[in-house]
Amino acid sequence: MKEITILSGKGGTGKTSVTGALAALAESCVFCDNDVDAADLHLLFQPEVREEHSFASGLKSFIDISACTQCGICADHCRFEAIHVMENGEYVINPFQCEGCRLCERVCPAEAIRSEKSTNNAWYVSDSRFGQLVHARMAPGEENSGKLVTRVRKKAKELAKAEGADYIINDGPPGIGCSTIASLSGTDIVLVIIEPTMSGLHDAKRLVDLARTFQVLIFAVINKFDINLDITTVIEEYLKIEKISLLAKIPFDENMVKAMTVGKTIFEYRTDSEAGNQLKLVWNALKEASLTT
Amino acid sequence: MERKLCKIAIASGKGGTGKTTLSVSLYQQLKDRFEGKIQLVDCDVEEPNDLLFFSSAKLISSRPVYQLIPEIDTGKCNFCRKCADYCEFNAIVVIPPAGFAEVNSSLCHSCGACLIACDQGAITEHPVSIGDISTYQSEAGDNLAEGKLKIGSAMQTMLIKELKKEDTAGLDMVIYDAPPGTSCPVVATVSDADYVVLVTEPTLFGLHDFKLMVELMRELKIPFGTVVNKAGLGDEEVYNYIRKEKIELLGKIPFNRDFASKYAKANLFSDIPGNILENLKKVADRIVDVICNEIEIPA
Repeated sequence: MKEITILSGKGGTGKTSVTGALAALAESCVFCDNDVDAADLHLLFQPEVREEHSFASGLKSFIDISACTQCGICADHCRFEAIHVMENGEYVINPFQCEGCRLCERVCPAEAIRSEKSTNNAWYVSDSRFGQLVHARMAPGEENSGKLVTRVRKKAKELAKAEGADYIINDGPPGIGCSTIASLSGTDIVLVIIEPTMSGLHDAKRLVDLARTFQVLIFAVINKFDINLDITTVIEEYLKIEKISLLAKIPFDENMVKAMTVGKTIFEYRTDSEAGNQLKLVWNALKEASLTT
Repeated sequence: MERKLCKIAIASGKGGTGKTTLSVSLYQQLKDRFEGKIQLVDCDVEEPNDLLFFSSAKLISSRPVYQLIPEIDTGKCNFCRKCADYCEFNAIVVIPPAGFAEVNSSLCHSCGACLIACDQGAITEHPVSIGDISTYQSEAGDNLAEGKLKIGSAMQTMLIKELKKEDTAGLDMVIYDAPPGTSCPVVATVSDADYVVLVTEPTLFGLHDFKLMVELMRELKIPFGTVVNKAGLGDEEVYNYIRKEKIELLGKIPFNRDFASKYAKANLFSDIPGNILENLKKVADRIVDVICNEIEIPA
């Protein structure tokens, strides 16, 4: 079983649309949405949720006003500047700033602080027309998206093992921070979706530099390549120097947008399109590559 | 009378909706109105792009930002495991029979709890770089600040918080260009903003992530309005939602292939298609109006 992860650095380059297209082509595959904080893959999959689990992302601390002596020791120790003094002298902890380290609770001489698990997040195991999907919903403003990514990926692996699936396809998050690091760890193949813009290239380079620190095979796709042919050429040269295979150049196709708008993959929306033909090349190349990793 | 510093943030939930396009364009629109006392702050520290649009900007200052990582001196440690118990992030491993005690720096949040736990004086902290904060200026009077996360670091939120401590003396306004998503780095970016502009696009994914952002803004109790980018693509659902939720639509930026191609080349300052420029001006006018007349900027 091989794990393929779709990433891009920059957001909005087409990760989810490409993942959807690959889903329409792939057989014997479990899918996993690693973009837990703005998860969109389920909008294409329209899955039937089979299991729902709550996920404790971390702790939040609270001050009991009636027990608090307003000594201020907690605020002095908090390194996240999460503890604030109100005009009336009362101390409060801003839950959005609290990282749940419990240091304040431990140093409070009045034992006025307690911490509770935040269980606003959920993850799901679902069935869909493409196969099983593991996905998640993070409550806005929550911490530790990396941990939730690790959680959904673990479940996807278990499911893939149980059903004897050949592949797991992960729809990754944007950026190169904690969720991306959690998405890269232990995957076999990374497919980088690059758009031909200065930003797209700049961000893809940072992602490739990060991916190089993991044991992964890296492939690339240029999406909407005809938006700017000059930059597409620059990207092709960059990939050559980096010895990264370019699997396809997908043209800008309004059918991709239209398909997404109605919750369909490109293949379900149009049986024949140039974007679709290019995406078939991508899937065939990934299948072949997964035999050699 | 001295003006108070006003802070607006440009955020979106979904990536690629046009945060950078709008941030850079608004900065350009507002620069003269604020007599140059305005700074664009790129808070997307994982993938900062604003600087690409200011090719003549020169580096003015740069400083590294450090995270403090504890180190356990096994010569002083009595292997009581209290530090490991105190660590809520499972970053400390202590194996008493093996005389082993170590901190896993990639899990450490630098909260300082282990230092309080240890009564043997065996733990000290050492700085580890997580990225840089730089400022840039151009002869045209552009003024930018940028945070850039070191590749491999997972401490993006800490870097954003540090970026926001940069000196704002002499400025009347700052524009924060936020990272995508709805989690902690976004909260760190928007939490002290006086007003947030949510950029969305009229697509299924755009609308879904926009709803998450609206939920977050309401929880944080920050006034906000929205700009629909790539108008003309997709469908009407996002407008129906905006109307139903009584969210202020600050303006629409039509989808235009020429404009997309200008963005591609990182050129947003010359030969902007007329209808786009007009819409950008309208958004800028409305934002100035909101800031000056409708919201209270704390001292």
